[in-house]
Amino acid sequence: MANTQAMCTSFKVDLLNAVHAFNGTGVPAHTASTADTFKAALYLASATVNASTTAYSATNEVSGTGYTAGGVTVTFGTAPSSTSTTAFLTPSASITFSNVTLATAFDAVLIYNSTQSNKAVSVHTFGSQTVTAGTFTLTMPTNDSSTGLIRLA
Amino acid sequence: MIVTTTKGEMDDSLLEKREGSDETDNETISFIEYWLNGEMVHRSVHVTLKRNVFSEGITQMIG
Repeated sequence: MANTQAMCTSFKVDLLNAVHAFNGTGVPAHTASTADTFKAALYLASATVNASTTAYSATNEVSGTGYTAGGVTVTFGTAPSSTSTTAFLTPSASITFSNVTLATAFDAVLIYNSTQSNKAVSVHTFGSQTVTAGTFTLTMPTNDSSTGLIRLA
Repeated sequence: MIVTTTKGEMDDSLLEKREGSDETDNETISFIEYWLNGEMVHRSVHVTLKRNVFSEGITQMIG
């Protein structure tokens, strides 16, 4: 046997479940079996949402008929899991914006935690699109350690 | 089939339907458009994400 330096896989899953708090400042009060609400907002192709984004902002968010600022709720029906040393998490349903007209090109969606001061989670980009009196649907990848939407390896 | 358009609900038999798709390493995109007299009156888009957000946890050796 030999010891091996590693970040424990259980810790990665715990991170996705907000189990650890290394500093008391700004730590939200979670109670058992109470999940936060996460939302998805669309951003114009001219916006700058990226790894530096810390929270949802309406600046350069899409606007148009049928679209509500802040976007729509994301369903995480499956708890974070892990395979081998990779923790992963994927929304359990497609993200759908129905009956909208978004005339200005958009190419990104921000997933954020609306329960915790709209703190940012992740940004996902795609080819620039417009929608006219129609529906915009984002279908999620397979929820596993290779393709899950959010992975910690 | 009834289609929601910028002109209201319309039967698709009155409209010109255009479909397309594109695939990259990041996503697969498909769209459906309906046109009326040279004007696009409906466009729906379906994006299937393929590439995920990946973060690697790194631990540093002590000493």
